[in-house]
Amino acid sequence: MNVKATPKAAAVSAAAAKSGAEILIQSLIDEGTDTIFGYPGGVLLGIYDVLYRTPELKHILVRHEQGAAHAADGYARVTGKPGVVLVTSGPGATNTVTGIATAYMDSVPLVVLTGQVSSTAIGQDAFQEADIVGITRPITKHSYLIRDVEKIQETIAEAFHIAATGRPGPVLIDLPVDVMRATGSYKPESCVSLPGYQPRDTGNPPQIEKAARLLSTAERPVIYAGGGVITAEASTELTLLARTLNAPVATTLLGLGAFPETDPLSLGMLGMHGQWTANTAVAECDVLLAVGARFDDRVTGRLDRFATKARVIHIDMDPASISKVITAHVPIVGHARPILSALLETVTPLNTSAWLSQIAAWKKEHPAITQPTDKRLSAPDVLRQVADIMGHDTIVATDVGQNQMFAAQYWGFTRPRTLLSSGGLGTMGYGLPAAIGAAIGRPDCPVVCITGDGGFQMNIQELATAVHYGLPVLIVLLNNGYLGMVRQWQDLFFDKRYAHTDLDPGNPDFIRLAESFGAWAKRVTMADQVRPVIEAALEVVDCPRVIEFVVSREENVMPMVPAGAATTDMLESELIKGVRS
Amino acid sequence: MKRTLAVWFQNRFSAIPRITGLFSGRGFVLESICIGSETEDGLTRLTLTTRGDDSLIERIVKQLHRLIDVIQVVDLTGAPSVERELALIKVQSPNRTQREIVQLAEVFRGRIVDMGARSVTVEVTGRSDKIDAAIDRFKPFGVIEVSRTGTAALKRDEACEKAGRAVVVGMV
Ligand SMILES: Cc1ncc(C[n+]2csc(CCOP(=O)(O)OP(=O)(O)O)c2C)c(N)n1
Repeated sequence: MNVKATPKAAAVSAAAAKSGAEILIQSLIDEGTDTIFGYPGGVLLGIYDVLYRTPELKHILVRHEQGAAHAADGYARVTGKPGVVLVTSGPGATNTVTGIATAYMDSVPLVVLTGQVSSTAIGQDAFQEADIVGITRPITKHSYLIRDVEKIQETIAEAFHIAATGRPGPVLIDLPVDVMRATGSYKPESCVSLPGYQPRDTGNPPQIEKAARLLSTAERPVIYAGGGVITAEASTELTLLARTLNAPVATTLLGLGAFPETDPLSLGMLGMHGQWTANTAVAECDVLLAVGARFDDRVTGRLDRFATKARVIHIDMDPASISKVITAHVPIVGHARPILSALLETVTPLNTSAWLSQIAAWKKEHPAITQPTDKRLSAPDVLRQVADIMGHDTIVATDVGQNQMFAAQYWGFTRPRTLLSSGGLGTMGYGLPAAIGAAIGRPDCPVVCITGDGGFQMNIQELATAVHYGLPVLIVLLNNGYLGMVRQWQDLFFDKRYAHTDLDPGNPDFIRLAESFGAWAKRVTMADQVRPVIEAALEVVDCPRVIEFVVSREENVMPMVPAGAATTDMLESELIKGVRS
Repeated sequence: MKRTLAVWFQNRFSAIPRITGLFSGRGFVLESICIGSETEDGLTRLTLTTRGDDSLIERIVKQLHRLIDVIQVVDLTGAPSVERELALIKVQSPNRTQREIVQLAEVFRGRIVDMGARSVTVEVTGRSDKIDAAIDRFKPFGVIEVSRTGTAALKRDEACEKAGRAVVVGMV
């Protein structure tokens, strides 16, 4: 049992009578909520009336509920705290579904509060009724329907506890309007008692010793780090361990930033658009230490050819992720941080110099390079320059597609919680609202949104939100006039039959569009304009800034593991021959 | 291979669809399910049968454990256990076949629970394969309707700790 008494709560005299809506808002504040991403509606009016009187709780009015969920997700990824969403019943609730699924796939803590019709009307197809608990059951870590005003407080406490601990994830709470209106008692403390939910923290010591023994025999070790390292705040321990073992580190997309890419031991990202060297090192390694990663099919490629020479140590918070895809020789369930600390105390330095020089040679021979197909800007060039100007504390939110993979390959992440990307679900439209959430969660950091002309249009309405709150997000729009990543697959695997991937004929004038929202906007078409325009954008501080880079129409992301192929069978740019000769 | 799992859970809001939804959502087989009512300790017991090899069953057990309301999952397969299913079988029965049906019911230690002008209802309990066999044998008479409960199962005494594959995940 976990009894929490917060100073604020304790100040309230025992069992004060309040409305359900008041208890709800007070409980959110007790859990440390400072921001709600929301959108009002009929059944929420009572709650919004309490918010009106509670200025200390910031409410961000998004322009679409999907935006609220992604913004709360961005907020959660940069702060480590659950993001809170408040939406109305029916369509308000269903609009959050993609955002909830995105957070679920990437283990992001969210508390999603959905209005619901009166508990007496549930099941009668009332106006704006939707069974949102049923709809979201497979994409939430847990969910609630509150039928009793006296249960609000403990439900909120449980929801935050479940969302943020163990393997984090979204928790949905459905709030019937009559329960919000009812009068109940607010108690100075709440407790969480969940006998069925006891996430394991520290790993099993004999397993950790086994892992240390296995590592001590390694000649060609590789560390494969995922988003779980960032969630567990274990980047420092990971970095120290890699340096002690002289083991190179490959990260997943969500693991970028867990290990500095500037470190000579960094292999960069692995997987479908990972570095040739990262994939090859995993294929050749004799011990693979997987931490906070789940052997996603975008990482492993063809399974029977993945890391076949390796003994696998797998550290993960979620027992269900261990040996789900690849059998772990040494499974360790628990939080990455205490386990990596324990490993650090046990392992002895390894001499891996032969392995590291092999890797250095591979890196030289197989850099990630691409080939623009026309005289327009090259997206990788643009991103390198943006990264160079923006610096290491910048938070980057990407969309999905080529822009995302280019960002992953060329930005050079060095710090945890600086990359926000929809890895598991691959949600186009994630970038802009996530960047907004990041700008609110970390007002001290510059925030860049890297997006494509397709994804940008999927949640472009959130420009209004960024303008409304004066958020100086820098939007790097890589406009290739195509659904670029899909076109790339058509190019490579469907003989360039570009079926319905050309957006150019309908694309808006993004500059005038952004300006009409009240954003600062400039188009860049020439290479020598890239730097000056970025610098000019950075002079603007009180509103979103959009720079549209008109980039090569058919530049492909390389290298690439074709779907279903082994990660060692990578396609590379034609230009790679020039590098090697 | 057929597997029997016992699941103890807190039957809070939406707990049962969360358990069954896991099977449909992740492509696991759910052959039968038998849910009791809540006991004094606040727990509900659910017995289900599924199919799969050891690694699939391990995945199912781990996924069940991920559910917040699930307290414990035990794989009863292979452990000495008692498994029972109850079936009510309504068989066409004009007067001339009544005696034969009653005799057949006796072979399966069944009981006649209803006897009408045109049909006889037989109650049979036992392992699922016995029920299958009973239904098969009644078929020639004309089976009108069958209602089966799904398997309920308990470990036998003293077998508990030793032979049972009590899979309690989180201990690795
Ligand atoms: C919501 C959604 N719909 C469809 C897809 C499939 N998809 C993946 S990448 C992509 C193209 C993205 O195009 P764009 O946003 O212009 O970015 P680019 O690849 O050109 O950088 C599409 C359609 C998706 N990931 N998400």
